Amino acid sequence: MTEQRLHPRGKPLRTDVNPVRLLMCKIDGKDISAREDETILSVARQNGINIPTLCHLDGLSERGACRLCIVEVKGAPRLLPSCVTLVRQDMEVTTNSERVTAYRRKILELLFTERNHVCSVCVSNGQCELQALSVELGMSHVHFDYIYPRHSIDATHSRFSVDHNRCVLCARCIRVCDEVEGAHVMDVMGRGITAKVITDLSQPWGDSETCTGCGKCVHVCPTGALSEKGKSVAEMTKRRQFLPYLQLMRKEGQK
Amino acid sequence: MTLTFEDLQQIAKIEKDKQEGIKYQINVCVAAGCLSCQSGVVKESLEREVNRRGLENWTRVKGVGCLGLCAVGPLLYLEPDGVYYQGVQVSDVSEILDSLGGSPVSRLDCSSHLPFFKRQQKIVLENCGKVDPESIEDYIAEGGYQALYTALRAMTPNEVIDDVATSGLRGRGGAGFPTGLKWTAVSKAFNKTKFVICNADEGDPGAFMDRSVLESDPHRVIEGMAIAGAAVGATNGFIYVRAEYPLAVRRLRHAIAQAERLGVLGKNVFNTTFDFEIKVRLGAGAFVCGEETALIASIEGRRGTPRPRPPFPAEFGLWGFPTLINNVETFANIPPIIRNGGDWFAEIGTEKSKGTKVFALAGRVNNTGLIEVPMGTPLRDIVFDIGGGIPENRRFKAVQTGGPSGGCIPEQFLDMPVDYESLAKVGSIMGSGGLIIMDETSCMVDVAKFFMEFCMSESCGKCVPCRVGTTQIYNLLSSITNGTGKSADIPNLEELCDLVKNTSLCGLGQTSPNPVMSTLRYFRDEYEAHIHDKTCPAGACNCGGSKEAK
Ligand SMILES: Cc1cc2nc3c(=O)[nH]c(=O)nc-3n(C[C@H](O)[C@H](O)[C@H](O)COP(=O)(O)O)c2cc1C
Ligand code: SF4
Ligand code: SF4
Ligand code: FES
Repeated sequence: MTEQRLHPRGKPLRTDVNPVRLLMCKIDGKDISAREDETILSVARQNGINIPTLCHLDGLSERGACRLCIVEVKGAPRLLPSCVTLVRQDMEVTTNSERVTAYRRKILELLFTERNHVCSVCVSNGQCELQALSVELGMSHVHFDYIYPRHSIDATHSRFSVDHNRCVLCARCIRVCDEVEGAHVMDVMGRGITAKVITDLSQPWGDSETCTGCGKCVHVCPTGALSEKGKSVAEMTKRRQFLPYLQLMRKEGQK
Repeated sequence: MTLTFEDLQQIAKIEKDKQEGIKYQINVCVAAGCLSCQSGVVKESLEREVNRRGLENWTRVKGVGCLGLCAVGPLLYLEPDGVYYQGVQVSDVSEILDSLGGSPVSRLDCSSHLPFFKRQQKIVLENCGKVDPESIEDYIAEGGYQALYTALRAMTPNEVIDDVATSGLRGRGGAGFPTGLKWTAVSKAFNKTKFVICNADEGDPGAFMDRSVLESDPHRVIEGMAIAGAAVGATNGFIYVRAEYPLAVRRLRHAIAQAERLGVLGKNVFNTTFDFEIKVRLGAGAFVCGEETALIASIEGRRGTPRPRPPFPAEFGLWGFPTLINNVETFANIPPIIRNGGDWFAEIGTEKSKGTKVFALAGRVNNTGLIEVPMGTPLRDIVFDIGGGIPENRRFKAVQTGGPSGGCIPEQFLDMPVDYESLAKVGSIMGSGGLIIMDETSCMVDVAKFFMEFCMSESCGKCVPCRVGTTQIYNLLSSITNGTGKSADIPNLEELCDLVKNTSLCGLGQTSPNPVMSTLRYFRDEYEAHIHDKTCPAGACNCGGSKEAK
């Protein structure tokens, strides 16, 4: 017996015409088959096509904010973020045109001008996603002016510290704390260039009554903004295996 | 309690009867602009004086909505003489009453501003300056809530949507999306629960169109929303107003309460199965909360930041339910469209931009205030006939439309018709309807810097290009205006504008470079003068370098 297909809102969909669930699309000229609920990013990666990302992390909700994963889709008036765009039948995607790679490099440059990213003195030197991205995208120098406002460092927590000068506001820490740990210790305060990640109601992390001390935020942070105490330059390695594992276990548990 | 059509006509009749025998009616503007220059006191004093003189049987003093020429308030309009008075003070009251029936008080006469009133065509503002915004009966006497009755009792939801589609009405919130198309989408969305949201966040600097409509004729917006609810199948509405508009909020709440009392809102409206309820939600004044997905997040009680679309609110909106979101002025156009038919509306305006548009005239122009003109009216007519030209006979330089998302239009395009397409062609947008006129003393680099500073501080900070890009552009503009600019700054500006425009997440970032790009396009020489000659051609910036340099 075939299972009846439901619209996400519960209403049965007709399957007598156009029963698209698996579809064919083209990414960088390559014919690819995909499921209708997959994003361009995940389909591309399954097929060995790499698209640079920063705010995306497997296992967390998508945010679509860093804009590094933009791609060209034939017929679309704008560039689309591949991490939040679903594939469609007959879609033609270009992930590495000169236009998008140039934009990606400039976005990365903007990130480097925004706060202090001097790698040589960073705990994450050599283990940092921002650093890796600049190598990957061939961003060798920055031709915009540096902004570098002076940000604080919060080392009040007994095991972790946060250096806002290294934060790229990807919100991975916020999402992992909210969605996986369930504590929602962190959030963003302020707007625009003054936006900042805070713990509780902008209290010192060490005073937080909601923080469970699980350390997930530290391990999902792409840069040296969040680190374990006692780590010196280049010593902070991040371990993220727990994320897909936890997600898988939860899915199994729901069955 | 349910209301019938007869009840509606009865209310209208009682209201009209009250006016029987009234020989003179003095309409006093009680919208925010005039109230702030004491029109409330003038009104009270007029009332007291009328009573004292025993004229109350044939002279009526009435508080009405915005008369438009806000710059010279408090404004009065005398019926049936058709005389406008400006700058009325309490000391003028007895003179005004003396003159009734005789010749008007020439000292207060506004007749030099006559083209301002005559060249307009009012649909959205048809009741402004006419009905008492605090009286539902007065609104009904002008034919109010008949359109809702027609939509519910004489038309099917699809017919209502068809009428809106035929009218060619496009969203007045900025982007100009066809309203009929949006309504169809929401009506087709799966789900029994749907919402209607009225976007009254109006955050553009200098814009006060929506505010005036809400303060002057709140019932029109409520009626438009109820019709929308009936058409798309929603039973709950929200009006998202910024808390900086206390008068609009108070009048809206008052109007909703009146409508509920009469039964035009609530259960079984007009004896049909249609239930509709409206709630007011206050915004804390962040510009980005006018963006529809941020607005929805804000109503849900979350941080007001945009999210990527699709899914559009029509499919996944408030609390995940299909949601229709339209601007105040869009809703205000609905009752007349249903009353007179979509074809009637489609006759007005240009081929692709139908109807009228309300603009807030501001800047270096003689008649600042609120105007409504048919789409396609040439810019020149707006600036020089309705606006009365530039003060002190200075030279016109440019007009800025669309606020921080729009561009500056130079003199050579003055004869251009104002409609969505023409504005887009010259690098600006219709936006919500702010029109800022600039003369030879305005520096275009400084104007661009002003709007970029606005975008920079209103950026929500979520996506990188907008958060960092607008700051970078602002810093470049700052150094150009203070005389420390370098020749590499112009290509850098162009590069950054292109980046922010094409890669930002939401409309705020995507449109924020428009003021810079349009001034670079038409006034590049001014940028170059600042950079190479260290002078500001308009004499507005201090390019000495040392003083303002950081
Ligand atoms: C940054 C930003 C601010 C906005 N502000 C407003 C606003 O104040 N009022 C409004 O009606 N629409 C505003 N909009 C447009 C809304 O997102 C939305 O398109 C509109 O409310 C739809 O209504 P309409 O179709 O009737 O125009 C804004 C959009 C952006 C990107
Ligand atoms: S602290 Fe790290 S994970 Fe959190 S927003 Fe900043 S860069 Fe991202
Ligand atoms: S474009 Fe600006 S306002 Fe819009 S999401 Fe990005 S940072 Fe926020
Ligand atoms: S990874 Fe897609 S926007 Fe950041």
